[in-house]
Amino acid sequence: MGHNKAVGNKYNQDKFPDSKGHFGIYGGRYVGETLMPALLELDEAYNKIVPDPSFQSEFKRLLKDYAGRPTPLFYAKRLSEHLKGAFIYLKREDLAHTGAHKINNTLGQALLAQRMGKTKLIAETGAGQHGVATATAAALFGMECRIFMGKEDIQRQAPNVQRMKLLGAQVVPVTSGTMTLKDAMNEAMRFWVGAVRDTFYIIGSVAGPHPYPVMVREFQKVIGNEARQQILENTGGLPNVLIACVGGGSNAMGLFHAFMADPVEMVGVEAAGRGIETKKHAATLGEGSVGVLHGSKSYVLQDEDGQIQEAHSISAGLDYPGVGPEHSLLKDLKRVQYVSIDDDQALEAFNTLCVLEGIIPALESSHAVAWAMIEASRRPKNEIIVVNLSGRGDKDLGIVSAYN
Amino acid sequence: MNRIDKTFEDLRQKKEKALVGFITAGDPNISDSFSIIKAMCKSGLDILELGISFSDPTADGPAIQRSSARALKQGINLRAVLEITGRLREETSIPIILFSYYNPIYAYGAKAFYKDALAAGADGVLVVDLPPEESDEMTSQWSGNEIDLIRLIAPTTPLERMTQIVQSASGFIYLVSKTGVTGSDGLDTEDIKDKIESLRSATKLPICVGFGISTADDVAAIASVADGVVIGSAFERLIEDNLDNPDLVLILANKVAEFKKATKIVTSK
Repeated sequence: MGHNKAVGNKYNQDKFPDSKGHFGIYGGRYVGETLMPALLELDEAYNKIVPDPSFQSEFKRLLKDYAGRPTPLFYAKRLSEHLKGAFIYLKREDLAHTGAHKINNTLGQALLAQRMGKTKLIAETGAGQHGVATATAAALFGMECRIFMGKEDIQRQAPNVQRMKLLGAQVVPVTSGTMTLKDAMNEAMRFWVGAVRDTFYIIGSVAGPHPYPVMVREFQKVIGNEARQQILENTGGLPNVLIACVGGGSNAMGLFHAFMADPVEMVGVEAAGRGIETKKHAATLGEGSVGVLHGSKSYVLQDEDGQIQEAHSISAGLDYPGVGPEHSLLKDLKRVQYVSIDDDQALEAFNTLCVLEGIIPALESSHAVAWAMIEASRRPKNEIIVVNLSGRGDKDLGIVSAYN
Repeated sequence: MNRIDKTFEDLRQKKEKALVGFITAGDPNISDSFSIIKAMCKSGLDILELGISFSDPTADGPAIQRSSARALKQGINLRAVLEITGRLREETSIPIILFSYYNPIYAYGAKAFYKDALAAGADGVLVVDLPPEESDEMTSQWSGNEIDLIRLIAPTTPLERMTQIVQSASGFIYLVSKTGVTGSDGLDTEDIKDKIESLRSATKLPICVGFGISTADDVAAIASVADGVVIGSAFERLIEDNLDNPDLVLILANKVAEFKKATKIVTSK
């Protein structure tokens, strides 16, 4: 099985999280008392409502008829031939409604919110994909919607801001701290503390306090379920390796989950920003240490005093100094290998995929493509790589043209 | 009897309520901050809550966010706050509660934190984002129980949960007056009164009310129903508005005296 020894380590995903949301030492609920009852209520509702057949059939119908699932698994022939190595398959989440995997989760959470009797949705967003997906779900369900977005991200992801507004959402610019995803999440949590009684907070990643990491995984696991079935149909076997980018880690968890018990290697790709050595990066699992941020214990980028450090990435969606708690456990167990790709490598992969396959990937997903290019060229021709193409890159054209 | 218990006992005899002041350690800089806090302690503060700054204060409104940012810019960290605590302990005998988010304590190490906080003369600790569900991981590393872990009760806390929380509480109960972050506007005294009544049937511990209390009238209203009144953002705003004012220390001291006076005019209970 390849050169990666990680596959041998078993991870029984049914054991995690425990009833209080712990993935080993990670996860949990580190929030103020005002929010605790809301999280307990959410946990109870999640356990009661989501497994219910009527919820599941409605969720599946929305994923199919509204989000356009299943998304295709596409053999990237020209890219694979160009690299002269393993076969690369792309899981086309960029073709889901709103242009990224985020819609899977927002439809699930909005449906849960509706059944809990909540009438207002809030969300944080970095690249704007989660904000657009939340605004979309809010429009679909006729709910009020407020999206918190860092001022810096509002500037670099302007097309998504316009989309959110068209969808009827209020976009709240966040000017505190680094004015990026981390601060958008701080501000969303602050707002939620004051509006907790009628407002549902849709967290966009497998991060945050319990039950968010497990709930977002649950709503995103459709990616891996489909991909597993599709690759078996296409090739008659399992892939050798799965590759996905990791900011908070929802698209990666969505792809990986269905393969946890399989002899399949997994690689999570973090953003190395301007280079690990420059300290201007977002490689939380690679370079961070254990801490508590945004309601859960996980790896974080922090100084020795426990102050959270600024992350850097060309990709707003990966520009986050934290990561989902389950990824932290998967790293410690060596079930998933975490690597990083810098801004330049991501841009090169972006350009390569555009010209070789006619697909414009999101800058986030370009990190996964970049690692796939490295893996493919060093693996034999009979091996198979599945890359999660988590989103489309239209939103990034401004950034890319500024760089190119 | 520890300092916290003794403070409330003395106040009961004097028929006064406790004025609890929150202040970010190190704002606007370490030396001025020490002078301000010292003056506040000597101007009528009954209990000091010394804030340990965190880069991502998700439970705090703009005033405390900015004061934390100013203190962090001055290089404040937990070690420096413990040093300030030790110096204050030489100046005052009022209880000192360390007020923190969990990550700075986690990074320092819960075991070392207990030992060093006790040695510095701290009497209690309040960790905003460490609910009872997660707090064993911290207290299980403590070598004793001489530091009170102050528990929060929120407006959203249901009765059953409230009863559970107060069972493991010590020192006093911090009742959050309203949903929202620190420094939010508006107080509903009737609502608070109801909450206090149900709390009294569950615990004999003193009850201090905080969040959104900013004027002497607010203080008097809360003091008529609670055992203590917590002020935070109002002090931070005053510091912020007078950063270049040579009378900064005096202004804060006078504010404390004004608020303290309001805790003595108690109409009921």
